[in-house]
Amino acid sequence: MAKLEKSEGRKPAPSFQDLILRLERFWADHGCVILQPYDMEMGAGTFHPATTLRSLGPKHWRAAYVQPSRRPKDGRYGENPNRLQHYYQFQVILKPSPPDIQDLYLESLYAIGIDPKNHDIRFVEDDWESPTLGAWGLGWEVWCDGMEVSQFTYFQQVGGFDCDPVSGELTYGLERLAMYVQGVDNVYDLNFNGGVGDDKVTYGDVFLQSEQEYSRFNFEHADTAKLLEDFRAAEAECKSLLAKGDKGARHLMVLPAYDQAIKASHIFNLLDARGVISVTERQAYILRVRDLTKACCAAWLKTEAGGAHG
Amino acid sequence: MAELLLELFSEEIPARMQNRARADLARLLGDKLKAAGLEFGEIKTFATPRRLTAMIDGLPKRSPDVSEERKGPRVDAPEQAIAGFLKSAGLASVDQAEVREDKKGSYYVALIEKPGRPTADVVAEIVPDIVRNFPWPKSMRWGSGKLRWVRPLQSILCLLDGKVVDFDIDGLKSGKETRGHRFMAPKAFAVKSFKDYTEKLREAFVILDGEERAALISKQAHKLAAKQDLALIEDEALLAENAGLTEWPVVLMGEFDADFLSVPPEVLATAMKAHQKCFSLKKGDKLANRFILVANLKAEDGGKKITEGNERVIRARLADAKFFYDQDRKLSLEDRVVHLKEITFHEKLGSQYERVQRIFRLARALAPLVGADPDDAERAAILAKADLVTDMVGEFPELQGVMGRYYALDQKERLPVADAIAAHYKPQGPTDAVPRDPVAIAVALADKLDTLVGFWAIDEKPTGSKDPYALRRAALGVIRIILENEVRLPLLRQIRAQLPGDARQKDQVAQSLLDFFADRLKVYLRDQGARHDLVDAVFALGGDDLLMIVARVEALGRFLDSDDGANLLAGTKRAENILRIEEKKDGRKYDQAPDPALLELPEEKALAKAVDEVEQAAASAVANEDFEAAMSAMALLRAPVDAFFDSVTVNADDPKLRENRLRLLNRIRATTQTVADFSKISG
Repeated sequence: MAKLEKSEGRKPAPSFQDLILRLERFWADHGCVILQPYDMEMGAGTFHPATTLRSLGPKHWRAAYVQPSRRPKDGRYGENPNRLQHYYQFQVILKPSPPDIQDLYLESLYAIGIDPKNHDIRFVEDDWESPTLGAWGLGWEVWCDGMEVSQFTYFQQVGGFDCDPVSGELTYGLERLAMYVQGVDNVYDLNFNGGVGDDKVTYGDVFLQSEQEYSRFNFEHADTAKLLEDFRAAEAECKSLLAKGDKGARHLMVLPAYDQAIKASHIFNLLDARGVISVTERQAYILRVRDLTKACCAAWLKTEAGGAHG
Repeated sequence: MAELLLELFSEEIPARMQNRARADLARLLGDKLKAAGLEFGEIKTFATPRRLTAMIDGLPKRSPDVSEERKGPRVDAPEQAIAGFLKSAGLASVDQAEVREDKKGSYYVALIEKPGRPTADVVAEIVPDIVRNFPWPKSMRWGSGKLRWVRPLQSILCLLDGKVVDFDIDGLKSGKETRGHRFMAPKAFAVKSFKDYTEKLREAFVILDGEERAALISKQAHKLAAKQDLALIEDEALLAENAGLTEWPVVLMGEFDADFLSVPPEVLATAMKAHQKCFSLKKGDKLANRFILVANLKAEDGGKKITEGNERVIRARLADAKFFYDQDRKLSLEDRVVHLKEITFHEKLGSQYERVQRIFRLARALAPLVGADPDDAERAAILAKADLVTDMVGEFPELQGVMGRYYALDQKERLPVADAIAAHYKPQGPTDAVPRDPVAIAVALADKLDTLVGFWAIDEKPTGSKDPYALRRAALGVIRIILENEVRLPLLRQIRAQLPGDARQKDQVAQSLLDFFADRLKVYLRDQGARHDLVDAVFALGGDDLLMIVARVEALGRFLDSDDGANLLAGTKRAENILRIEEKKDGRKYDQAPDPALLELPEEKALAKAVDEVEQAAASAVANEDFEAAMSAMALLRAPVDAFFDSVTVNADDPKLRENRLRLLNRIRATTQTVADFSKISG
């Protein structure tokens, strides 16, 4: 720690990728399996089966991973310095939540260059609820000098089932954190690779075009008729897989079924961005996704990783 | 006498829950100690983000011995009964019981001696019980445990007279150690007493007392503001919240680009407060481009990085707000109205759009009653909810109305229209000002009456402590707007006109809502320190004009406070009692006019004359809304009533005379009903 303290002034702030590498190193040192992003579109790292499903059942579990989060409605055609329809979350799940989880979290901030002796770190009440996951927990948003840099949640229920043991979930908003440590006001100006001069690659170099193109897609061109059909198809497939994999006390096809629930959830988000879902329908769609995730969670508890015996 | 110190040390407790937790802890400790027979001096409780603390002094070392006698069965009772008695009294055999005699014979008595217990034992029993059952609004589990607390409970300090009270809650052992500030003094340390505890905490950068933290923030903030020749915009709730978020508050001042001052000041202040919990500052009567932030840390660099960081966040927030403000003004309020279809007001009451359709008609109809221009009232009502579909109000719901006003002014609406858009939500609470401008009054009344009548029509009324749609507040709002602006509104007719359904349904629902208004009016008058016990007596006469009802209540109150009034009330009650009894006995009413020919005694004649005169005078005074005159007329009734009861026997032997006198009593009741239903007045 002493080494970092001294170097904070001299060394340039960590690049965007360096931030990820440091967080991965840190949590690997604390016993987490470092996973790679789940290969599906999802609204938050919590949807990753390594969190949603693994938080259920008695087995201990520690994992950390980056998850691209897609929020079609938040697209701004690359014109807003803070809002993105695609951004990165760094997700840590510790099950059961260790007694020193807050200290671990603060050490991780230190590892990425935030020294709590000169910054005002605060745990501000923020209860978390995900209607589509049938999940809720209590915790905080963590503030650094007035900016929310992480979500900190003790899962109480997922898929309508009590979490026992309770998982502690940490979600770092990587772009925000990077903007903070680099002192940048526009996300597209972030130094992505740490290079200088011609070698510097910015976040804009990597993602600006993608934000523009996906904003067009999300708001204007996504084929809503096809999406509505896709939603129904994913829902049907999810239910069908859940039925086919159900062998009484055991379930043999939870993960493929859950993939379809993730898919349905993302399609719903796209439809929402396209503005074709009315207020009343909205609630109905959320409930349909929730039914899928709940059924997947119930099935998960009948698998070995979910803690089923025999 | 011993001192008890208890600290429940946890991860960060939400600021809004701290004060209630303190009160709950004091109550639970107090109740349980008393239940154990322990008296004590004072209970003090404190909360910081990470600890909930109680100090109780004046505790004895032991609870007092208690001896109790329990009467048992007779000595010749069946064996089973005696065995049961011995078991319940904790006796091994009848030899341990005493035998006593009474008139009926001998019986057993058990003398149960309950020796006092060491206070520490009692504390070791009640604290775990309190912790396990603490009434947090929301609580949670953590790790692999089953215990619930608001956030993970990390340690428990429990000292009685400086010695640890030993107990264990799910593996969490009580001890004598606590910790200081999370960053400035994280090491654990032991304490000996409450005094030692508070002093050591202070050395460890924790101010235990939330009120002291609030006072400190306020003082520092004023000082910093004054240095820059600025004034702090006070905000009690924000101050309390900041005190609940810090153990060692350090106040800093930040700055933002003066260009943002082109955005309405309410927006800037809300953006800084809602998201960042920062205070705004004024220069003269204008918002300054500075803000006050409260950090929880004395930083090594003097707060430079903290201030810079907060400035950056504030800048982003204000940029967002400015963006919303600029975007919102690109679409007129009128064009937004149709989008209100997307906001459901209530499943059974339709969208906000449908509400607006009702409210503008209502506002137009009410306009003449409050002296408003009907076109202005209609226009304001049409636009009143349009800001709900602006980005700004989406982001800051508390700016509803305020933004509508700014956007209305921007699109050159007339000033009363714009002002009414902002003011129609008023009054928001019992201390909030009511709208004063006629247009605003019309829209505010229309908005609230539509809400009340709507929920009454679908039978969604407040019950007990449940009032999810804030209907009590809406009714109080109507009452205050009417009374404080002296609006004449026939409420029952108005409600009826808004209701759907057939005549019978309308009558039923309208009467129920009017009764609700009567209840609210009582609460309002009581809070005002006015006579609220007379509301029923006046309402019973069937009026529905709140302004007149209150005028009547006031006049009646003054009258009843007078000698004449008090005596007339007593006389009338006496007449009513006699009538009730006799009418019940005879199974008939005596509501016909008395026969003048049967008036025998001068007191009877005088009373008969007086009731006629008084009734006429009071009725005409009431018709002229001169309630003082009506009461003065009533006062003339007192002497004849008193004289009648002094000299006349109502239950005369002659049935004809008796009937005529009962009819005369009925006239007293009828006459007083010109001003109030005296039977509904207590006393």
